[in-house]
Amino acid sequence: MTKRSDDYTRTLTKYVIGFLASLALTMVAYVLVSGRLLTGDTLLLVIGGLALVQMIVQLFFFLHLADESRPRLRLVSFGFMASILVIIVAGSLWIMYHLNYNMMGQSPTEKDNYMTSQKDKGF
Amino acid sequence: MSAIQVAEQKLLDLKTSTGFWLYLMTDVILFASLFATYAVLHTASANGPTSREIFELPIALTETIILLTSSFTCGLALLALKQEKLRQLVIWLGITYVLGIAFLTIELTEFSNLIQAGHGWQTSAFLSAFFTLVGTHGLHIFIGLLWLLIMVVVLIKRGFTPKLKRQLGLFALFWHFLDLVWIFIFTVVYLMGVIPS
Repeated sequence: MTKRSDDYTRTLTKYVIGFLASLALTMVAYVLVSGRLLTGDTLLLVIGGLALVQMIVQLFFFLHLADESRPRLRLVSFGFMASILVIIVAGSLWIMYHLNYNMMGQSPTEKDNYMTSQKDKGF
Repeated sequence: MSAIQVAEQKLLDLKTSTGFWLYLMTDVILFASLFATYAVLHTASANGPTSREIFELPIALTETIILLTSSFTCGLALLALKQEKLRQLVIWLGITYVLGIAFLTIELTEFSNLIQAGHGWQTSAFLSAFFTLVGTHGLHIFIGLLWLLIMVVVLIKRGFTPKLKRQLGLFALFWHFLDLVWIFIFTVVYLMGVIPS
């Protein structure tokens, strides 16, 4: 019975820590953006990093990924999924960024100028 | 139950939760494709509004906090399940359900406001990608709520059965996972969408 109630307290503590940590990470990201405390690429990297940290926190404290017994099928399939995810997302961005004469992320005027300059070169 | 039955039950629990986990991993790949699409198209606003003009951060933050809290109460429900406390379990599941409904209501209000302002999914590639990504997550939440409702009804009618216990465990995985996906929607779509370039 003591083992069971120990188990209960430990799991409860995990949920509370995971909840508070996620809440704090969300608020930090929100304040950084709404208060304009950082700008440009630094801000993008920092809030992206905060989301990754929150993912790890939730994987440990909510989804209990670390408590799995061997063979760690969940961890292995998660790793495989993560590699596919990186290929899909990074690959799409990489290819599309270089496609269409590098037009992504440009304003319409910039696109016009770029296309005109390419046309002048005779493609 | 005899020792063999207990062992069989445990093995079945392990098998189903592993299978469900594999489903979740493939679902992440679906979301990854939608995220990639959104990331490629998020500047393609045609003559429609840009993300900076239509996203309201306080609303997105409210949605995030609601979903996070419901993920937490779902965890507490799982704890009550392990202790076989029926009353506590039903209360925590009820709170999870109400928070889920609140989240969905806010999201659908946001969608209908956008559409009424003439910023529907037909307007631009950016809005198509936005509605597809966020809408797919919303659809998952809707299905989860339906599933939860059915389980609570069965729980009140029949009490704890091994099958229902197993399903509640799977639901908790599903719900935590949806919260995780939303963290990235909040960060990539809403937070990064309002940053001035």
